[in-house]
Amino acid sequence: MIHRYRYGGENIVIDVPSGSIHLVDDLAYRLLANDDYHLVTDEIRQDFSAEQIDQAIGELDELKESGLLHSVDQTKQIVDRFPKRSDIKAICLHVAHDCNLRCDYCFASSGDYQGSRELMSLETGQKALKFLCQHSGQRYQLEVDFFGGEPLMNWPVVKQLVAYGRQLEPIYHKKFRFTLTTNGLLLDDEIEDFLHREMSNVVLSIDGRKPTNDRVRKTLNNKSSYDIIVPKFQRFIKGRGDKQYYVRGTFTAHELAFSQDVEHLHQLGFKELSMEPVVAKPGEPYALTEEHLPRLLQEYERLAQTMLEAYNTDDEFRFFHFEIDLAGGPCAVKKAGGCGAGIEYLAITPSGELYPCHQFVGDEQFLLGDLDQGIIYPERRNRFNHLSVFDKPDCQNCWSKYYCSGGCHANAFNFNADLTVPYRLACELERKRVELAIYLAIKKMEVDRATQVS
Amino acid sequence: MKKHVKTVYIGKQEACGECQTCNQGC
Repeated sequence: MIHRYRYGGENIVIDVPSGSIHLVDDLAYRLLANDDYHLVTDEIRQDFSAEQIDQAIGELDELKESGLLHSVDQTKQIVDRFPKRSDIKAICLHVAHDCNLRCDYCFASSGDYQGSRELMSLETGQKALKFLCQHSGQRYQLEVDFFGGEPLMNWPVVKQLVAYGRQLEPIYHKKFRFTLTTNGLLLDDEIEDFLHREMSNVVLSIDGRKPTNDRVRKTLNNKSSYDIIVPKFQRFIKGRGDKQYYVRGTFTAHELAFSQDVEHLHQLGFKELSMEPVVAKPGEPYALTEEHLPRLLQEYERLAQTMLEAYNTDDEFRFFHFEIDLAGGPCAVKKAGGCGAGIEYLAITPSGELYPCHQFVGDEQFLLGDLDQGIIYPERRNRFNHLSVFDKPDCQNCWSKYYCSGGCHANAFNFNADLTVPYRLACELERKRVELAIYLAIKKMEVDRATQVS
Repeated sequence: MKKHVKTVYIGKQEACGECQTCNQGC
């Protein structure tokens, strides 16, 4: 399988199984419209000489013989050689089912996940870290994401859990990678110093321009959160040094021009940016629908152009979905297997319940067990071991399957009531993002080469 | 020197489990 597309004056061809990428001229591009590019149409014969056509076909043959074009897909055979694993390597630790914001679109139902407002006790958190160590097999690097609600509402426990994790590392021969997601309202000097020291990544939530942000991200007394958090975030990244952070927003039907919100965040001084489409059922006033798609695709194009213009200058910034690591990307098992939710990744609630990921928390049909008894419903967990791209019918003929790995299971269930049927709108957005990410990777290589020459 | 095709990335088809979890590289 190949995918070919035209963008920014380039004819781009992707060999799906190998991930090889080629730039081709108009003749080769038109020949590749046919799976058997030896079948030359009359239109092509009218536009090009026999010598040109033979030469182009010869070059395509050479690529094919080298396994770089129309290569035979062996990914499934590679993946099947490895036994399905049950080791856990990452947990989303819900230290607070409470929040000091009331965001309209919150999938966590303003922080409580359709339950009672609750903070995780130190004892439960310690059990969770021990549970992770004891169920991670030979895996050395473990990840713990402090999440909520708003995790800073349970700050003393976060600090004590990090210290406890560091104590466990030599005992179990593990290394914890701690991360935290916050709305920033409670950031202060003491918290920031600790986050810089102990957190490998910090995700800072803000939706962009003040009207965009404040329309949906409201404080408890219905005031602007933008005015409070922007100075705090700016101070935070000044002290962050070269450690990882992301300023991350959500775009909704209320404001489709999300590229302007990303650019605004960039103008505020943030360099590591992410902007996600809201996940909401149709009928919600802020929900994205198919009719929004053309505009959203334009917004991604606009953002890609802005990024390209800023590349290799002092204004350079990164957008999460356009970061694609061609040379150092994931292995076949990771590409086909997806996010690992339910298997290597679990969410743990303040009371110690286990769910496949944070998106499923509160939905009792996905409860997997608890910290005291472990996995109580192995058949529920096992469903998630059969959600690779090979298990999703819609993915079979999709060129992007090894870049998106089958999409978000929670989206599939929320929109289609079936874990194996991806959410179509998300697929369309993802395909566009991958096309642009590959285009940007090509153009960045060109800039890098030109810079080296000069 | 090819005239019609320029390969910009040579991919290859071929589970240590140590990569990060929710484009990331290994």
